[in-house]
Amino acid sequence: MSTPQTAHTRFAVIGGGLVGSAIAYGLARQNEEVAVFDEGDLAFRASRANFGLVWVQSKGLGMPEYAEWTLRSATLWREFAAGLIDSTGVDPQLSQPGGLHILLSDDEWARRKAFLEKLHAQPGFPKYSWRLLDRVDLKSMYPGIGPEVVGASFTQYDGHANPLRLLRALHTAFAQQGVVYRPHHAVDRIEPLAQGFAIHAAGKRYTCERVVIAAGLANARLAPMVGLNVPVRPQRGEIIVLERMKPFLRHPILTLRQTGEGTVMIAEAKVEAGFDRSTDMGVLGALARRAVKTFPALAEARAVRMWGALRILSPDGFPIYAQSERHPGAFAATCHSGVTLAGAHALDLAPQLAAAELDARMRPFSPQRFVEGVNYVPH
Amino acid sequence: MKTEPHIETHYDALVVGAGPAGMSAASALAENGLRVGVIDEQIAPGGQIYRAVGASPLPSRAILGDDYWHGETLLQRFIASKAGYLAQTTVWQIDRVGESWRMAVSAAGESRLLSAAHVVLATGAQERPVPVPGWTLPGVMTVGATQVLLKTTGAVPQGATVLAGCGPLLWLYAAQVLRAGGRIDALLDTTPRTQRRAAMKHLFDFLRSDYLVKGVSLLMEVKRRIKVISGVTSFRATGIDAADAVEYTRDDGTHGRLPVDTLLIHQGVVPNVNLSNALGCEHEWNDAQCCWQPKLDAWLHSSQPGVFIAGDGSGIGGARAAEAQGELAALQIAHLAGASDAAARDATASAVRARIARALRGRAFFETMYRPADAMRIPGGDTLVCRCEEVTAQQIVDAAQLGCSGPNQLKAFLRCGMGPCQGRMCGLTACELLARESGTPMRELGYYTLRFPTKPLTLAEIAALPATEEGEKAIVTA
Amino acid sequence: MFRISTKAVVPRERRTLSFVFENTTVRAFEGQTVAQALVAANSGRCRTTPVSGSARAPYCLMGVCFDCLVEIDGKQNQQSCLVPVREGMQVKVQRGERLLSPDGVSEWENVSED
Repeated sequence: MSTPQTAHTRFAVIGGGLVGSAIAYGLARQNEEVAVFDEGDLAFRASRANFGLVWVQSKGLGMPEYAEWTLRSATLWREFAAGLIDSTGVDPQLSQPGGLHILLSDDEWARRKAFLEKLHAQPGFPKYSWRLLDRVDLKSMYPGIGPEVVGASFTQYDGHANPLRLLRALHTAFAQQGVVYRPHHAVDRIEPLAQGFAIHAAGKRYTCERVVIAAGLANARLAPMVGLNVPVRPQRGEIIVLERMKPFLRHPILTLRQTGEGTVMIAEAKVEAGFDRSTDMGVLGALARRAVKTFPALAEARAVRMWGALRILSPDGFPIYAQSERHPGAFAATCHSGVTLAGAHALDLAPQLAAAELDARMRPFSPQRFVEGVNYVPH
Repeated sequence: MKTEPHIETHYDALVVGAGPAGMSAASALAENGLRVGVIDEQIAPGGQIYRAVGASPLPSRAILGDDYWHGETLLQRFIASKAGYLAQTTVWQIDRVGESWRMAVSAAGESRLLSAAHVVLATGAQERPVPVPGWTLPGVMTVGATQVLLKTTGAVPQGATVLAGCGPLLWLYAAQVLRAGGRIDALLDTTPRTQRRAAMKHLFDFLRSDYLVKGVSLLMEVKRRIKVISGVTSFRATGIDAADAVEYTRDDGTHGRLPVDTLLIHQGVVPNVNLSNALGCEHEWNDAQCCWQPKLDAWLHSSQPGVFIAGDGSGIGGARAAEAQGELAALQIAHLAGASDAAARDATASAVRARIARALRGRAFFETMYRPADAMRIPGGDTLVCRCEEVTAQQIVDAAQLGCSGPNQLKAFLRCGMGPCQGRMCGLTACELLARESGTPMRELGYYTLRFPTKPLTLAEIAALPATEEGEKAIVTA
Repeated sequence: MFRISTKAVVPRERRTLSFVFENTTVRAFEGQTVAQALVAANSGRCRTTPVSGSARAPYCLMGVCFDCLVEIDGKQNQQSCLVPVREGMQVKVQRGERLLSPDGVSEWENVSED
């Protein structure tokens, strides 16, 4: 068994964020020997900035398999959360009461309806129920809903969790499972060897039999070293956090949710700003206005924190799961919904990695799709 | 094409804070013909050290002492300079737009946007947190807090009152209270005796400084009239819903217990770094004073273009140094704005630098002597480190043992530093605990990455920001 | 617990005001902040924490500690050390986290999913 002292491990997972940690946890549950290589305290760290949705409702236009994978993850999440609570005592605060996508005008209503109908009409799309709630429905659920709210789309499969608690639970599990966690070990180079790989990090050299690259934006740089192409780019999201409140909002909304601590988080922006993480006043204002239209009483509540963070986006917005042909034993995994897919990453993807073979369901997520141009819809 | 929100008012310079550094910087800039605005959270200028100097209820100057009343001179100059003054106004975000800084400020529940080519941060210092068991009980306050009470209302403690801690402010406040007829039952001095010896190597400068006569006479005044218990190595406040006693141990192994209605604690002051941190200025760890301070050049210019930091916020130097530093920053800004040439600037600057040097002379002596003891900075067990989120020292130690690699990961794991005070009460303590557990020196460990808003503001205010094309396009609707 | 020093303060034209804290009338001087007035009256106890319900009182009196949060005239989570006293103010203990709105928004307790 590898310890912090030994330099060799069976599985090296590059990246200690939501994707890497869920995979490492899953591998350890398969009795694999794992070391996680993570950057230090100050890095892009998308996982610490995540909104926290476990979201099914909008996923998969252009790739029905993504909707299938997402739904599977949402289902696995229960078992995933229960396992973490049992073994670590840390509760990721999963709640799946169903989720709302609020609509603030007749035009939004019409566009949403058209989108969802088109989404669900795709051949091979998983059959799960959804519906459009009108204002009357919403007002009976939430009397405080704003006068401009015309309705919402809803599916019972949506929910949310606490991304920071999840990370903490996973890292606590590492200690119990014997997963070696190496912070301040940004990986400079992955070197394929005759057998396995050498990982060059923090001025030292480690070796492993298999490597899983789950390093967020660094995937683009690292993956080619093992013969993989993972073309990801940053896209900024911005979040406003409001002070703690007594519970008033049970259902997560795409743009607004109340956490287990009672704080309220507001999202959802997509800003093309390269690697600049600073918040933009125009974006913040727009986010705030939408939130106030949703629940006017929030106008009085105070914002205590705001941040910008970089999503990791593939060219079509869908996850990339890759297996190197040139260097068997090298894999890569990336997505922008690290919380939603954590269940699947830990309980479905990790066993596949342990078996050293991604199964046929993962083929649509292969980065070959960018080369072939099949189903390539720019996101 | 990115459209900018309408900027309401343009300034040559914006100064944040109206203590000695802020007042003198703004006065000097205005006198040089620059358009300057001062943003102040308080209702009147003076900062903390000269709090209420313009509206004091204490007509007898002997109580607070001459050092305090020097603030009147600064205030008069500030008023005469006609620098813009925005009272009860809080800065909540500063960002860069082109070659200027854009500042979002909030007053009376409404936000406005200001812009300036140059910014002077003069937000001063705050009391160092004193994480002892029971420090969150009602009835336990900082000495700085009660000095504010004295300055603004002439109020003095009544009931059983004990001072505990280390540093010149304890003695100053005790003297002021006694002069005003207030009650202090005891002063628990936690100054480690070994530090007196270490301080001796700075004795010469102290003897030559302005602090000697004041310092010694103050100490004598207080020791004559109240019970001073020295060599205190630890203390705790006890009580259920309010403090009712303070228990202490001494370096000779003895213990004591004193009933209290009010326990006033102090372990020195540290720079306020929330705004400079959120702005992205580089900071460095000052090991002698156990605090973070911004990295500045010889003109007090930070690592961010056009941002100057003067006063205790640049490093603890006291009120006279702060005043001169404000002048220094103003000299450079006036030069950059074209109001003076380099020769004129340099001629004045040398005198200002001499004033700073004189003000700082002698401080090394009492800084060395009054450096807070390790036990006072780094608690253990169930003692609360993060007051807002109620995170204990033991929880931080446990997280460190899990491999928590830095203060931001700590924040993510424990919510330590995520409460309304944004790490002001817990940051230093949490970092020092983490540093000790992980064997990483503070200068490498770093600090929380602080975010805007530096003070909370309502969602309504954010919603009232002018709409931009980019903002409207960026948010997800249907 | 504090009192105005009669030795220090010559009785001037400093207007006295009063406000209501919970069910008690509190006397204050014009220019005092709410936190200063509360601390003068007793231990200053003014809120209970959201995390554990512990009692807190103003600690720093300079806007840094956020322990002085109270409800003033219906507005919750006000930093009382930054708010000057006004005649007839209604001040209440800030009990834990704020309520979003007293009317129109239903309260819901955290219940586990089934």
